[in-house]
Amino acid sequence: MRFDRPSFGLKLAAIGGLAFLHLPILLIFLYAFTTEERTYAFPPPGLTTQWFAVAWNRADIWPPLYLSLRVAAISTALAMVLGTLVAGAMAQARFFGREQISLLIILPIALPGVITGMSLRSAFAIMEIPFSTWTIVLGHATFCIVIVYNNAVARLRRLSGAITEASADLGANAFQTFRHVLLPNLGSALLAGGMLAFALSFDEVIVTTFTAGQQSTLPIWMLNELVRPRQRPVTNVVAMVVFVVTFVPILLAYYLTRGGADTAGGGK
Amino acid sequence: MTAFLPVRGPGDRLTRLFWQRPALLLGLMLAPPLLWLGLVYLGSLAALLVQSFYAIDEFSGLVVPEFTLKTYAELFRAQNLDILMRTLLMSASVTLGCAVLAFPIAWYAARHARGAWKAAFYLGVMLPLWSSYLVKVYAWKLILAKEGIIGWAAGATGTTPILEAVLAVPGIGGNSLSTSYIGTWMVFVYVWLPYMILPMQAALERVPASMLEASADLGATRGQTFRNVVLPLAMPGVIAGSIFTFSLTMGDYIIPQIIGTSARFIGQAVYQLQGTAGNLPLAAAFAVVPILVMLVYLALARRAGAFDAL
Repeated sequence: MRFDRPSFGLKLAAIGGLAFLHLPILLIFLYAFTTEERTYAFPPPGLTTQWFAVAWNRADIWPPLYLSLRVAAISTALAMVLGTLVAGAMAQARFFGREQISLLIILPIALPGVITGMSLRSAFAIMEIPFSTWTIVLGHATFCIVIVYNNAVARLRRLSGAITEASADLGANAFQTFRHVLLPNLGSALLAGGMLAFALSFDEVIVTTFTAGQQSTLPIWMLNELVRPRQRPVTNVVAMVVFVVTFVPILLAYYLTRGGADTAGGGK
Repeated sequence: MTAFLPVRGPGDRLTRLFWQRPALLLGLMLAPPLLWLGLVYLGSLAALLVQSFYAIDEFSGLVVPEFTLKTYAELFRAQNLDILMRTLLMSASVTLGCAVLAFPIAWYAARHARGAWKAAFYLGVMLPLWSSYLVKVYAWKLILAKEGIIGWAAGATGTTPILEAVLAVPGIGGNSLSTSYIGTWMVFVYVWLPYMILPMQAALERVPASMLEASADLGATRGQTFRNVVLPLAMPGVIAGSIFTFSLTMGDYIIPQIIGTSARFIGQAVYQLQGTAGNLPLAAAFAVVPILVMLVYLALARRAGAFDAL
């Protein structure tokens, strides 16, 4: 009876499971080069790079891309400020209602996106707020706060309270302590949180469909192409772009925080 | 400190104030995020509740802003009950599928992977977790299409009859994998699998090796050790993971829209009712159901100790 050495079956199941998580994404890349534009025939009858040029020249792709980037940038900035503030407060003191606040922060990602989306949609309807970039940002910033918060609070917990006291003893005021002591220590965790938040926002579609009205972000554009396809390989090219724009920040976030107990990305 | 150092400006004066009243600093830090979450999020949830107690006027199609339970009564119509039952069944079977598939990966990552392999497993689970949801769903549309890679592989290996037999199963089969419940289920399992692996791995990492050795010393077989030692200790992790897989499946409307039959799930009902149908109250009432289900689920999970594994 040995538990120290994995059986062949276990190894196969584990590595097979990991492969199962990754192989489908590779297919997206393959189909971006296919010459067949009407069906998803496998194997592709021929390979071509023409779809990259076609996608580049499609005028309907650029406005959604800009909108997605704008929304992700604003939401990330808002979430970084709000998430850091609440993490700082939660790390420094125990106070009445602390548990409730931590539940409130997690709720937007713990409940299904359709509820967040439908709630915002109801609120816009009742208050007669017209759809705009800002209605999308309202939703995105809300569920991005928790991402920044998670990263910041994990780092703050590891940080010794003594360093802020030492800073105060040496004559620094609260703002100087924040600028010269806390920020350098928090920096990489905040950056990692920001990148994950950006990736999450750039890719979000469920909440967005409820808060966008007639506007189209890149994921909404993709969704429309999935339902009513035309020039299917172009959708694959866009999917590759979306994949890369979310993949790079996630990888960076991992490298910024790896090796610690607070490695980014442990929860979403 | 202010007894020794001269005050140099407003920054110092504020610092002194914060020092004297720590609650002031705390309040200032908490106010913006709490205002945001309170107004935007809780406010919207309240709006959802309010909306669900309104009803739509059958003749004009306009929302009548008066309190009524009529909309909730509509949830109990046969066709709407079908939607609720279908969604709950799918959520449960997706959770089960995820738990079975996740276990070997989590077990291997927690107990056998070391050094570079450990990092590879972590990244290998985390990247799919964070990478684009829509791209993953799209990938499965390519895979499950009738002319796609599964059909091709079945043809190449001569297993087409098996595939057809699976698709012929009444109730869950269909024309092709991309238009059947089996297909919907596969995509759900794939997309939410990482959410199950991570908490499960965390729980398994806390199982002491000495317990497994003790179990073996006492003469238990692998199967007995698994049933009586590993499974009870891993359970909080499984339940924690199931919170995500269950909740995410229940609220999703994109996967069943793109891959599956024309039968609707809760998410789709909400989306269509608020959009083309213009029936905001009924959409809101449908959205309240997953909230209630999750509240019960979370209460049960808390009792089972799942929150220690999160």
